[in-house]
Amino acid sequence: MTTKVLPAAAGADAPARAAVGFDEKLAAHGASLRRAASVDTLQVNVGKLCNQACKHCHVDASPRRTEVMTAETAAQVVEAVRRWRIPTLDITGGAPELNPSFRRLVAEARRAGARVMVRHNLTVMFEPGQSDLPEFFREHNVEVVSSLPYFLEQQTDAQRGPGVFGKSVEALARLNAAGYGREGGPLVLNLVYNPVGAFLPPAQEAVERDFRRELEARHGLVFNRLYTITNMPIRRFLEYLRRSGNEERYMRRLVEAFNPATVGGLMCRNLVSVDWTGRLYDCDFNQMLELGVPAGLPRTIVDFDPAAFAAARVSTGPHCFGCTAGAGSSCGGAVAANRP
Amino acid sequence: MAYYEEDDLGRFAEVGAHRPDLFEKFMAWYQACQEDGALSRREKALIGLAVAHALQCPYCIDAYAQACLEAGSNMEQMTEAIHMASALRGGAALIHGLQAHNSVNKVSM
Repeated sequence: MTTKVLPAAAGADAPARAAVGFDEKLAAHGASLRRAASVDTLQVNVGKLCNQACKHCHVDASPRRTEVMTAETAAQVVEAVRRWRIPTLDITGGAPELNPSFRRLVAEARRAGARVMVRHNLTVMFEPGQSDLPEFFREHNVEVVSSLPYFLEQQTDAQRGPGVFGKSVEALARLNAAGYGREGGPLVLNLVYNPVGAFLPPAQEAVERDFRRELEARHGLVFNRLYTITNMPIRRFLEYLRRSGNEERYMRRLVEAFNPATVGGLMCRNLVSVDWTGRLYDCDFNQMLELGVPAGLPRTIVDFDPAAFAAARVSTGPHCFGCTAGAGSSCGGAVAANRP
Repeated sequence: MAYYEEDDLGRFAEVGAHRPDLFEKFMAWYQACQEDGALSRREKALIGLAVAHALQCPYCIDAYAQACLEAGSNMEQMTEAIHMASALRGGAALIHGLQAHNSVNKVSM
């Protein structure tokens, strides 16, 4: 065995580097990555504006970003959901609630019959005009998915900023008070764990048990499921990897932990991602890298037709190793039962 | 030449260049020890971290610090494991004080 040398970085914005290509790795395992027969989810990123600036953010979202989806594009998303009877609309950002069209988008997608998930960062509830979010979510039976990297203040604030843990606990209490997170109840509150640093997430079921026990004992909080998500070597997290001298080690870890059993469950097989301008991508990560859908597929939400995506190829890059490492990673957490 | 290189941890398999049969036997045993069993992977990683400190092996400390993080342990738990290893090392040294006492008592009036 010899140590492989990574290709040299072309610059600060160059994509993550891996010693082996993702498609090459798939082929070596006799695996191929093709889309499923149908598109189950439209994941719409309504903009990069956020009240936080987390250190691991692959979107590079922050209070200073100005890229925000217009009402016209949001209406086109709703039209696509209605026309093609898309089962799930997954709304992300930034903090999607800061988009002026957010509430209308939720209400109209629900009217169109879609299940609506919102990637809600908890602290946005304390921004002006947002204090009624728990009631708004409840009124529209929105499935809330919230990032909480750890059940302790130190780790959470290290990643998401000073004071975020305290606000997150208060926001979770308000969601619980509105009826969210009760076992067997109709209002779903799922949490997202991602590692506070350059390492892979633990087994999802083990860390879910820890969160359930500790959040209940320390703060009296409940939730439904916890998803583990791997930090993706893109934008702000990639900058951190480079600054801290961890890029090569982290990428090597992702490649070493490649698990072919994850490929069938990857989110890019069932999901189409829409950016704030209405352009289409295979996932939110490709969106941030401006890695468009393969040639020949519809490129914007106006032209969207799920049939065109059936069994289509997926655009890949070195960052894809983030979704296939260990138990795998998707917007719904781990995708394979066993880690290799 | 530096005695310890961080990258050498990833080159462990090169030890198997000679007598690969022995290395393969070691690796099969080593991997089997890591699996979930009566003890969880997390507990085993913490044991590994404690032993690594008792052995003062920098490769093992690096490998098991990462393994503990990926198994879901936090720094409080890892630090308790390190204190366990250190306390045993301290205790093991200290109890040898009886050897000194015995030695001194043997020749004392």
